[in-house]
Amino acid sequence: MTGFGDALVYLNDPFNWTRPGGLLDLLVEHLAVSGIAVLAALVLALPLGIALGTSGRGGGAVVVLSNVSRAVPTLALLTLFAVSPIGFGNRATAIALAVFAFPPILTNTYVGFRGVDGDVREAARAMGMTRGQVLRGVELPLALPLVMTGVRTAAVQVVATAGLAALVGGGGLGRVVNLGFGQQDYGLIIAGAIVIAALALLTELVLVALTWAVRPGPRRLPFVTGRRRTVRGEPELTATGVPQ
Amino acid sequence: MLSAGAGTYAVRAADAAPNPWFDASYVVENWGTILRYLGEHVRLTVAAVVIGALIALPLALLARRVRWLAAPVLGFSSIVYTIPSLAMFALIFPFTGLTATTVLVGLVVYSLVILVRNFLTGLQGVPGDVREAAEGMGYGRFRLFWQIDLPLALPAFIAGLRIATVSTVALTTVGVLVGHGGLGQLIFGGFNSNFYRAEIVTGAVGCVLLALFADVLLAGAERLLTPWARARS
Repeated sequence: MTGFGDALVYLNDPFNWTRPGGLLDLLVEHLAVSGIAVLAALVLALPLGIALGTSGRGGGAVVVLSNVSRAVPTLALLTLFAVSPIGFGNRATAIALAVFAFPPILTNTYVGFRGVDGDVREAARAMGMTRGQVLRGVELPLALPLVMTGVRTAAVQVVATAGLAALVGGGGLGRVVNLGFGQQDYGLIIAGAIVIAALALLTELVLVALTWAVRPGPRRLPFVTGRRRTVRGEPELTATGVPQ
Repeated sequence: MLSAGAGTYAVRAADAAPNPWFDASYVVENWGTILRYLGEHVRLTVAAVVIGALIALPLALLARRVRWLAAPVLGFSSIVYTIPSLAMFALIFPFTGLTATTVLVGLVVYSLVILVRNFLTGLQGVPGDVREAAEGMGYGRFRLFWQIDLPLALPAFIAGLRIATVSTVALTTVGVLVGHGGLGQLIFGGFNSNFYRAEIVTGAVGCVLLALFADVLLAGAERLLTPWARARS
């Protein structure tokens, strides 16, 4: 097929990975920017989500934020930060990506802590646990699956979106695709696309495994469901993101 | 000496040039261009959601009927959902080239994946005894779908359509990769025209407004199509 063979040849050449500015360097840059963005969003969204979720206030604002954020194109935000006084480059990319990672984490944290059974909370208080103990020992474990869903959504979205930064002067693996388009080199385009797609899928897998590892209660292997249970479709309830 | 002077002058000229975040005169003077890109954006979005829905509906019906198909359909859809749009468009590009078709195919795939999930949820939410009662009354397969499944699953269907539409509006901008990004062309064009902010902001705000408008439109359609829900509340 046009270019697919060239892409394999490109990916098979170790030099393309190890040379300065090669795939490995771009991969590290890609992951570093993504990691910083997710971490920044986590630091901001987690306390806010916990505060709003446990007090039960601000639900409307959270829903509105998550809905509106879906309508904002990532490319627009990346471009806007690139032309702001921050200047284009990895810093602008990281900030734009953090803005995007914020709503899914906030919404899921809010929903997770909001959904903790009031009776459980009360029982824990009645047993003499302090507020902090209730938060750490009771509410957090119960809300953790949803919080992790938010983090996973955000992280996958960020890793996927970071590729677009190359269109507006940023770094990361998107450079390969961008360069391919610039040089009309189909092999390069496809090679870049394959690496980015693989990275996004890998991020998803790692975080699914992590979610499974931290979930409380009896652990059932993911993907292995009981034979008689019909798998139910789940609607996109919260700000589970869009691939960008 | 002379070249150094010229260089300084050029830099100062670039710094001094006004670069406002929004400029009404830009919008007025380029109204034709903006409308053209808006038209492309709307066409791509509508086509992608409609085609996606036409493929998703039979898939969802099939996945409900053949139970063991539900898991693979949902699993596959979440895998496709994870593929970044940049990679998706880049992988379709060798087949369809620098055309709007490349963008359309990518958008159809994403909207399809969102819709199949929500359609299946809606269909699975239809109470089994209601369907059984209808069958007992002699409803045929088509009538069963049209008069029982569709009205009962409509809220879930429209919820899916709303999400698919809003995300498709946002995703269309990535079509700049092949030169058919609708309003994304303004965002990208502004970036390439010496970081002209007014053009970028016009494109970005246009996208958000279009998405919100489409969302409100579909919400209104739901209200019109489900009068019983209004009567109950």
